Amino acid sequence: MQRRHLLQALAASPLAISGARLFAAGAEQASGRSPTPPMTRPRFLLVFLRGGYDATNLLIPTGSSFYYEQRPRIAIARPSANDPASALALNADWGLHPALKASLYPLVQAGQARFLPFAGTEDLSRSHFETQDSIELGQPVGGSRDYNSGFLNRLAAELDAQQALSFTDQLPIAFRGPVRIANAGLRETARPAVDAKNRALIASMYQGQALGATVEEGLALREELARDLSPDKMKAMTDAAGRNAIPAKGFELEARRIATLMRGRFSLGFIDVGGWDTHVNQGGATGQLANRFEELGRGLAAIADELGPEVWRETTVMVISEFGRTFRENGNRGTDHGHGSVYWLLGGGLASGGPVAGDQIALTAKSLFQNRDYPVLNDYRAVLGGLWQRQFGLSNAALARVFPGVQPKDLRLV
Amino acid sequence: MPAEPRLRRRTLLLSATAGAALAACGGLPSAPDIPMDAAQRLRAADRIGWGATQAQLAEIERMGWGPYVERQLKPDVKAAMPGPVQARIDAMGISQGDVAARVWAAESFRRNGDKGATEDERAAARKAYQEAQGLAARETGERQLLRELYAQQQLLEQMSWFWFNHFNVHQGKRDIRLMLSDYQDRALRPHALGSFRAMLGAVARHPAMLRYLDNDQNAVRGLNENYARELLELHTMGVDGGYTQRDVQELARVLTGFGVRVDPDPAKVAPRFEALYQRDGLFEFHPGRHDFGDKQLLGRTIKGSGAKELDEVLDLLVAQPATARFVCRKLAVFFLSDQPPPELVDAMASAFLKTRGDIAATMRPMLYSAAFTSTDAPKFKDPHRYLLSSLRAGFEQRELVNAQPLQNWLRRLGQGLFDKQTPDGYPLTADAWNSPGQMTLRFEVARQIGTGAAALYRPEGTNGPVPMPDLQPLRARVEPTLAPSTRGALAQTTSPQQWLTLWLSSPDFMYR
Repeated sequence: MQRRHLLQALAASPLAISGARLFAAGAEQASGRSPTPPMTRPRFLLVFLRGGYDATNLLIPTGSSFYYEQRPRIAIARPSANDPASALALNADWGLHPALKASLYPLVQAGQARFLPFAGTEDLSRSHFETQDSIELGQPVGGSRDYNSGFLNRLAAELDAQQALSFTDQLPIAFRGPVRIANAGLRETARPAVDAKNRALIASMYQGQALGATVEEGLALREELARDLSPDKMKAMTDAAGRNAIPAKGFELEARRIATLMRGRFSLGFIDVGGWDTHVNQGGATGQLANRFEELGRGLAAIADELGPEVWRETTVMVISEFGRTFRENGNRGTDHGHGSVYWLLGGGLASGGPVAGDQIALTAKSLFQNRDYPVLNDYRAVLGGLWQRQFGLSNAALARVFPGVQPKDLRLV
Repeated sequence: MPAEPRLRRRTLLLSATAGAALAACGGLPSAPDIPMDAAQRLRAADRIGWGATQAQLAEIERMGWGPYVERQLKPDVKAAMPGPVQARIDAMGISQGDVAARVWAAESFRRNGDKGATEDERAAARKAYQEAQGLAARETGERQLLRELYAQQQLLEQMSWFWFNHFNVHQGKRDIRLMLSDYQDRALRPHALGSFRAMLGAVARHPAMLRYLDNDQNAVRGLNENYARELLELHTMGVDGGYTQRDVQELARVLTGFGVRVDPDPAKVAPRFEALYQRDGLFEFHPGRHDFGDKQLLGRTIKGSGAKELDEVLDLLVAQPATARFVCRKLAVFFLSDQPPPELVDAMASAFLKTRGDIAATMRPMLYSAAFTSTDAPKFKDPHRYLLSSLRAGFEQRELVNAQPLQNWLRRLGQGLFDKQTPDGYPLTADAWNSPGQMTLRFEVARQIGTGAAALYRPEGTNGPVPMPDLQPLRARVEPTLAPSTRGALAQTTSPQQWLTLWLSSPDFMYR
């Protein structure tokens, strides 16, 4: 309780942290392992939407009559003040899906959420697995691959692996590699793994053994999670902030747990969210996809809320997906596997610059990739590389280790 | 209520004893005589199969290690499991009819899911398709776990796991779930201790692999080199095997036309290609999609001739010293050590080359090496082995009634069945499995197994407690082999449940 008030008080004070400041904190962190106070440390969370979400109905090309021609049954109407089913206005070309009105739209208006259309990878397989793998590995496409080297693992190696945690039951490919990364799925309430008596006996068996430190770290992490994320404690924090009459559930609850941990000692995280493969009946302003957007938006807004303004200012959240979907709707009121996507970037300290960022192109039959999909104009590695150079102060050499052979693209996002 | 499972248990026991007696009479004069003490026998049993059981140790002691190994090296892949287990397998959907018919039946659901007249019809068809796929994967998983737990031919079950992992496919792609049981039974198990060359050929003609690595998309007018690359990098020569990107492309050209046809109707083939067209169930070789130009592969010219080019190439690959080294080292890492002795790998590789990939001959140098039965330098168990060995040790006389919780534990521990997305298979070394989070999960699972694993053994439709098995024989056998600190901790336990939980949590049990 006191902590939240403290955060709010700090947020009110003029303590704006520039990109240069983040750079310094990151560099210090990487080199000396000195215990940097949690508030002066950049944080990054990657949210992976597995299944290839329909980006064209998230960031709606409301300025394009071509869009309305090609999606006669699933298009979202142009912004209209009196129509709750219409797109939320962003700029002359783009609007936002109305399911995000209560959650994400306020962040957009505050300059804390931006979208990058025509983003993605050069992988052209249009296979979920193939493309997810190649994105998570982040290695040059087409060459021999090292399946035990994901780009977040390589990033953690440049920063501090002790601060990385995958919020998943299994370690995703992105986090696999030589640096040891912990993982803990947060869908369920965390409980200590063993009771006190057996814990002491287990500790005595592993004392002085090769796995002794590992076992102790695992048991302690679980106890830490159980303590920091106990239902009572989460409820007390929520009550103290005087919001949320309805208890959070589903992804929002998970997101609050993630934020709670990232407010603490973790600063590099990963979470994946499934259910985006909308081949059939995806709906429009309401329906299947709208429900997914609503739940996701609520969770993302909860992260900003739970971190508190001060930590949120140093945090970026990137939402990506393996590919976009076909620009045209299919015969089942759905969309099929496509190419270019739209990435979301959230953060309390984003640079100013409008709600839509990155290279863009006018949408016509000619500008579609293979006359069916968004082209990729903003490679995910180049974009993330540019972001991290600003946020973590990665040198060119360090970035070349994270994303070999990639020229970073500095979109001045933070 | 408990009468039924007791009966089943007895049947299980009986057939195991009968099998052992049969084995003892087998008489295999060529097997070397290798004396072992109890600790070495335990280590050897833990390594050759899915975890030592009382019955298996007795069998090794009775037969002697040499005859036991020789018998394990010549398995009967069609041998029946203990009665009630075999009956369950026989009743599964995956045991009925052939794979092509099952895939075609499901495919019609999938197509109706797109094309049905009303939305209700389409939704029902999509649901039926998903259910058919899900059931096939669950049954294939359950059958595999039953085999691993109860088969006497433990080495065959080890090798079947190893080769599936070596030629890994992921269940999530298209209709692969429906093909898994056939992939195991026709492409892998018949050759698991036989000919590596034959297995390579069977895998290359199996729809599960052709789908998984996109070779069904590989055609002369649209080359897809996915399978070609992994065939060199992961299945034969290894990433440092000395092949080039050019070799990958040329192999991809050889592989053009190898694909999958689900529709039972004959494919359209131009008259000039008819003689070269091949079809076997779901597999087809379509000469209209094949690149008939000559290829240059590993310094050899492969004359363009159709499907038989691949046979020539696979012969060539099996004869490469790089293949022998890569496959043999991987076998030694799997069975023996994350850093296997190089001279042992050399001995295996030379047996592999001499016999053109006879797997039993390749295995002998390792199975008869002193390292195999040595009690120092143990190997860390992966999650699959950890779980299977704990059930085999604690509950060897009990029939697994419900495999679902076990499949869930495997998934939670990061090694779900058919769940490795990438073609490299699950890692075989300790560093992939001994992270802090994974150790903690093991302790959690150890408690559930140690307190009786009721969810696995409770008769269907009941909800009562399941009595603990008598652990005395296990304790008497195990305790003398344990580290003093483990013995000390176990001495403080106050119930069989706590003893089993702690033993399964101990560092000693994490290794084999």
